[in-house]
Amino acid sequence: MLKLPIYLDNNATTPMDPRVLEAMTPYFLEHYGNAASRNHPFGWEAEEAVDYARGQVAKLIGADPKEIIFTSGATEADNLAIKGVFEMYASKGNHIITATTEHKAVLDTCKHIEKLGGEVTYLPVNAEGLIDLNELEAAIKPTTILVAIMYANNEIGTIQPVKEISAIAKKKGVLFFTDATQAVGKIPVDVIKDGIDLMSFSAHKMYGPKGVGALYVRRKNPRVKVTAQIDGGGHERGMRSGTLNVPGIVGFGKACELCQLEMEEETKRLINLRDKLETELMKLEEAYVNGSREHRLPHVANISFKYVEGEGLMMGFNKNIALSSGSACTSASLEPSYVLKALGLGDDLAHSSLRFGLGRFTTEDQIDYTVKSISETVLKLREMSPLWEMYKDGIDLNTIEWAAH
Amino acid sequence: MAYSDKVIDHYQNPKNVGTLDKAAKNVGTGLVGAPECGDVMRLQIQVDEKTGVITDAKFKTFGCGSAIASSSLATEWLKGKSVDDALKIDNMEIVEELALPPVKIHCSVLAEDAIKAAINDYRVKNGMEAIKFEESVVH
Repeated sequence: MLKLPIYLDNNATTPMDPRVLEAMTPYFLEHYGNAASRNHPFGWEAEEAVDYARGQVAKLIGADPKEIIFTSGATEADNLAIKGVFEMYASKGNHIITATTEHKAVLDTCKHIEKLGGEVTYLPVNAEGLIDLNELEAAIKPTTILVAIMYANNEIGTIQPVKEISAIAKKKGVLFFTDATQAVGKIPVDVIKDGIDLMSFSAHKMYGPKGVGALYVRRKNPRVKVTAQIDGGGHERGMRSGTLNVPGIVGFGKACELCQLEMEEETKRLINLRDKLETELMKLEEAYVNGSREHRLPHVANISFKYVEGEGLMMGFNKNIALSSGSACTSASLEPSYVLKALGLGDDLAHSSLRFGLGRFTTEDQIDYTVKSISETVLKLREMSPLWEMYKDGIDLNTIEWAAH
Repeated sequence: MAYSDKVIDHYQNPKNVGTLDKAAKNVGTGLVGAPECGDVMRLQIQVDEKTGVITDAKFKTFGCGSAIASSSLATEWLKGKSVDDALKIDNMEIVEELALPPVKIHCSVLAEDAIKAAINDYRVKNGMEAIKFEESVVH
């Protein structure tokens, strides 16, 4: 029996894996010590648990445990990486290169850097959401201290050419930071092979708890340092003070371990489900996949259904299916998704988009139900859409003078 | 954001979806909004030329649930009204009836604009002057 509602918004957050919760529970009630308490068993247990988790997290990304700085999540890790490098390497330069499709946690931090007197270059992306490597190389100048390009995009799932980006950064002697929140735990990420100097990621996007994430900070070739943005007791090798969230970190470690164990099979399963969803929905007329289909996370599909509006579309099934839209109406602002606009999509297509984020607990039944439900709603709303009628009458919508409002 | 029951009802069972003959002399058509803004409304009225009463009204809307509900409600209210009375429909009445939240007030403004545009189209077709309206609330 299919249980409703169906959750297809796994890019926003994932449910916790019950095995993660199980690992965490003792650290709330029995082993509640402060990992920084050095003089009694409660502290020792907590420290041991954190060390173990640090090893699990490091292993997933091919890092040394000492290179993991626990934070409250990816947003904090993004802030620490960018602001921390900006401060630490101020004598070397003040220029940062990023891309227009980055997460707000990176873009807004870069805006902050500009206010502090830094200079930021925002690289455009092509229609698939990929940056141009030549443009990246050309943008690097003597004052450049950091290249900040995400591993995979949260809205369209496009995976950037991380190895090539890091090679360029290395050649030019510039640090490379990547926000890998959507990638870690979903696809193989290896900080050595990928040539990453700093990397942010988060537990709640990989079936772990909310409120815990990490910044990977390379310790050799080169040794990278960041200036702490939260001062206090000098935790996390002085880079991030604050009592460690022991249960959260334990859960994060367990989540990493499970992702590593199950990634290969899970990826195959998710690609099958995602491709089924996409193939079926693309049978509708005037449906378009946004972003790269080739360089893409296995569990993500972003599709625009032309001539219907995203929020109106979601209203047809949002009691039963949870997902996101690039439509303006779903956000506080009235602007449609800046990521989709950066791909060169017209506002009309951006308004018509749905983002599907499949996950570990998505089933084929759920995909079948989703396809049926969304297809029906699209057809119903098109019958109600003046734009669809015009399109069917062969009217070019670009020739109409729309009233500005 | 949760929708009111009335918005949900109009969305699920929209009243008067359809198309009237745009070329007919007794039909007025108003097309407002823009695809880039995420909502376009087309509202049409059919007028009894002798009595000046609106005998039929149809709409098609590209937009969110509130936009669909606003236009659906507008067509319901228009039917049976005289053109002069139809001009008196205020967007805030739509807001109240549908319990639209502040962020969705623009949907009601669009519906009011669509009514006025349809009436003007009818007027011009029938040799009357278009009424000049003050700029509606920018949204």
